[in-house]
Amino acid sequence: MSQSFVLPDYQELARLIATRTDSDVLRALRSPVLSLGDLAALLSPEAERYLTEMAAKSQAITTQRFGRVIQIYAPLYVSNYCTNRCLYCGFSAEHPIRRRRLTLEEVEKEADTLRLRGVNHLLLVSGEAPKMMGVDYIEEVAKRLKGRFASLSIEIQPLTEAEYARLFAAGITSVAVYQETYDPELYQRLHLAGKKSDYTYRLATPERAAAAGMREVGIGALLGLGDWRAEGLALGLHLSWLRKRFWRTGLTVSFPRIRPAEGGFRALAPVSERNLTQLIFALRLFDHDVGLLLSTREEARYRNGMVGLGPTRYSAGSCTSPGGYAEGENADEQFAVDDDRSVAEVCAAIHGQGYEPVRKDWDACFQA
Amino acid sequence: MLIIAGRPFASRLFTGTGKFSSSDVMRKALDASGCEMVTVALRRIDLNDPEDDIMQVLDRNKFFFLPNTAGARNAGEAVRLARLARASGGGHWIKLEVTPDPRTLLPDPVDTLVATEELVKDGFVVLPYINADPILALRLQDAGAAAVMPLAAPIGTNRGLITRYQIEIIIAQARVPVVVDAGLGAPSHAAEAMEMGADAVLVNTAIAVAGNPVRMADAFRQAVIAGREAYEAGLGAISEEASASSPQTGLDFIR
Repeated sequence: MSQSFVLPDYQELARLIATRTDSDVLRALRSPVLSLGDLAALLSPEAERYLTEMAAKSQAITTQRFGRVIQIYAPLYVSNYCTNRCLYCGFSAEHPIRRRRLTLEEVEKEADTLRLRGVNHLLLVSGEAPKMMGVDYIEEVAKRLKGRFASLSIEIQPLTEAEYARLFAAGITSVAVYQETYDPELYQRLHLAGKKSDYTYRLATPERAAAAGMREVGIGALLGLGDWRAEGLALGLHLSWLRKRFWRTGLTVSFPRIRPAEGGFRALAPVSERNLTQLIFALRLFDHDVGLLLSTREEARYRNGMVGLGPTRYSAGSCTSPGGYAEGENADEQFAVDDDRSVAEVCAAIHGQGYEPVRKDWDACFQA
Repeated sequence: MLIIAGRPFASRLFTGTGKFSSSDVMRKALDASGCEMVTVALRRIDLNDPEDDIMQVLDRNKFFFLPNTAGARNAGEAVRLARLARASGGGHWIKLEVTPDPRTLLPDPVDTLVATEELVKDGFVVLPYINADPILALRLQDAGAAAVMPLAAPIGTNRGLITRYQIEIIIAQARVPVVVDAGLGAPSHAAEAMEMGADAVLVNTAIAVAGNPVRMADAFRQAVIAGREAYEAGLGAISEEASASSPQTGLDFIR
């Protein structure tokens, strides 16, 4: 790969959005193919009064491309050890929380519990502590779980391309890695220590995962840190850059909003539900094919209301502490979820909205 | 009567099973479509699970089950998927889809040909999904494909026959049935494909995401019948100039 993704000056992105006018928004709404300028317009305050129109377009695009279905997944936290110091995170190294890394047998037990609850798409999550939880461990987990799930994704520390290739061969399907904030200055202020304090290395992680052959790569920004509008435009830039270079790789975007967590961090730039909604619609109008994830960080009421309007995947029945499914919480959680319904309840609610909750939309046998 | 690989099919409308709002709506739509051939993405089902939601709805005494390899990025994955499906009781018919670009889901011509050759050798009845490329259609036919399935437009776009000219060539040259697949967004599109002489059409998105999928399925059923009737009846030629419906020649003996 010749050159990594480079983000234009973050303040310029914010300025581009701030200078969009009403007529820019109208043009973006009428245009079948959106430019980055159009995306900026839809992220701007000017677009706020067109939220209904954006909803209608987003719904139409999503229905046509994905159908009347929502894919269901669940996270499995395998470890909450972490060597990073991130001001906003419950797992941050300095917090005196109960730490735990599941044994391979414990991971299997957690996975089987989720399987029985009807989870078929599994996301393995951990803090970032490469010595406690290195590639060997995840590789072994993948080998043990492969064949029991339709897909296995990871949201762990950034790895090298060769390491991702190893994990792909072991049965890992996709990689999620969130930049947290695309604002390099803010990033440095929030990530005080640990490998994660390297902004550039993290930014190039999605392309390393894609280059290694991963089926799908997920990107995202932690909402509540930087200016959400600029983060949205940065996500759009990152998406289109990845699309051009890794046309075989499926792409997804997550929209995690900051939740109460150990350490009592408060959002620096709070993002309202209305803001989140505008961001989701804008990205859907910009990229018709990207998978959009809405996790249990959001309330049941909001998630029910958003069914069909843009998001294509919902997590369900999530527990964010290692071992929490099979045994109840014996270690501390990363954050408090806001939708504590069971998998069955989430599926029933989606069904009630006239959508099919899809539990299986991949197959382990794609990867030999 | 449509015959593929020696097997007759009463309906020339094939349907897919994706994108439906519930398995109940899907079942009713399939019934209304009058279709016999139904394609199912192997990635969506678990053939080893007797409780699988789609397979429970899909009565295999009533419908002909055509598994597809949607999601396969290359020939190797598609072939592996087909073999595993056959081993799990999925039968030896396969709708071959090799779609390395998850965005457009356009088929890879090179790997589709490679996979067709391999699967035919292995005893499969192969129905490859292809771009509307006449030479590729011929190559696949020579490789032993039981039918070819050129796209009208990229899948899910509902744009209709934007590849019309190439499909006309494919139909003119084909020894095997031509099934127009993907992109047909309205019953009129399906009727148009049938009037052109397509042997069948496959419709999924246009039915599944319609306001009323069951009524839309019935509308496609009628359109496909009407289009085929028109093709068999022989359509009049299109003329640049108006002509009277009774010829006036000045020669009495012609009248």
